[in-house]
Amino acid sequence: MNNILSIKNITKTYHTMKDEIKAIKDISLDVNEGDFIAIVGPSGCGKSTLLSILNKQEEPTSGAIDYHNRIIGYMLQEDALFDWLNVLDNCLLGLRITNQLTKENKQYVIDLLNKYGLGDFINSYPNNLSGGMRKRVALIRTLAIKPDILLMDEPFSALDFQSRLNISNDVYNILKNENKTMILVTHDISEAITLCSKVIVLSIRPSHIKQIYNITYDQELSPIERRNSHLFNEYYNLIWKEIDHE
Amino acid sequence: MSKEHKLFLRKQKKDKYKMYICQLLIFIIFIIAWQILTDLKIIDSFIISSPKNIIKTIYQLYSSNNLFIHIYTTIYETIISFIISMLLGIIVASILWYFPFISKVVEPYLTVINSLPKVALGPIILIWFGATTTSIIIMAILISSIVLMINIYNGFMSIDETKIKLIKSLTKSRTKLFYYLIFPGNIPNIISNLKICISMSLIGIIMGEFLVSKKGIGYLIMYGSQVFNLDLVMSGVILLCIVATTLYYLVYYIEKRYEKTTH
Repeated sequence: MNNILSIKNITKTYHTMKDEIKAIKDISLDVNEGDFIAIVGPSGCGKSTLLSILNKQEEPTSGAIDYHNRIIGYMLQEDALFDWLNVLDNCLLGLRITNQLTKENKQYVIDLLNKYGLGDFINSYPNNLSGGMRKRVALIRTLAIKPDILLMDEPFSALDFQSRLNISNDVYNILKNENKTMILVTHDISEAITLCSKVIVLSIRPSHIKQIYNITYDQELSPIERRNSHLFNEYYNLIWKEIDHE
Repeated sequence: MSKEHKLFLRKQKKDKYKMYICQLLIFIIFIIAWQILTDLKIIDSFIISSPKNIIKTIYQLYSSNNLFIHIYTTIYETIISFIISMLLGIIVASILWYFPFISKVVEPYLTVINSLPKVALGPIILIWFGATTTSIIIMAILISSIVLMINIYNGFMSIDETKIKLIKSLTKSRTKLFYYLIFPGNIPNIISNLKICISMSLIGIIMGEFLVSKKGIGYLIMYGSQVFNLDLVMSGVILLCIVATTLYYLVYYIEKRYEKTTH
């Protein structure tokens, strides 16, 4: 297995005027190419902080991260599409900002849009798209800069249950297709165990890794099909018990 | 199209015409009543004027070639102050956004200047810049630009946090953040501030013309009141109504044009 991201002894402390808050205490993790990793934990445990650090938006207080020269893509909870740009321009945003807008890269984005059913909407504005299409646009915007690792911060939690199942299924297929590595932060255990092959349970603050589960199903199943597997319930109960409930 | 839908559309249209007719009727009745009441000497046309006198006055202004000079002066000054205020508002708001430290430092000063009734500065401006058009325009810019700076700056600051996060995940450059998100995301806000700016500029110009001027609609009104010629005052007010509405719709039209291009 090819190691593409190594997290070594990360800690993070926040300072406020009143006191200091230890958000993360000594987290180490190795991510291999093609891994689909879920990070779950009680609310406010520092899951998003960990993602922000991985995404270089925040500096860890101590510890180090080795990216092995891989590119990180970041997908947020809300699709955050710019409603003054059409679908194509929204997807090209990352390339424009990072000065990588070449003919080939543009064609790559157009191909992605065509491949994932948005070909007819290239010139549409986000206001005219359904929630599921918006998510796919947001995903393609993230994929445009050709990241090796996708960080996803509760990407489906703003959706209603029905579209959530369909869209997470879509996203799963797209990422598998494009051979990406995913780190998914979620509070939804069922989402974690149907989409990912590894689930990391964080403790309450200051959070550290409590347990790592490898998720395997008997056969090749789509995320939606996995919900019917007997293993689904087993994993669900196992992890549910492991998460600290206040 | 179904029968019901046709009926519905007809009813909508009918309601609309009804509204137009009522609006027009109110205007006509008001004018006629005003004229009749002054003709019957129930109200004194010397202090309230009358529609006939107003038309006569405007015609006199027209035949002495002064009408359009006054209208032109006011519109010209208003547009100049509108453009400068808009630019000032956008530039200052951008600087404040770009340098959070500066914005924190100047915040109390902005609050003071904003809450100060700018007319109070009229005499000072008069002394500094003399009885000139410049004074009038500076007066108007003072009145309209401060509000704009604050409004546009608040718009810059209220951009969706997740969108900022998205850009920050791609670049550390604040200039790029401004160029790709903060400014384009605020164009609707800036455009809706155009309407505020045009009204405020006109208010400022009229104030300025009250204080110091030899032409313009504000001058007409002020001069009329000084020589107790209420016909002239009322004519000025009517002209001002027309100018204000025209300018407002001009900006409104620009706004609509913009909305059409993005949707």
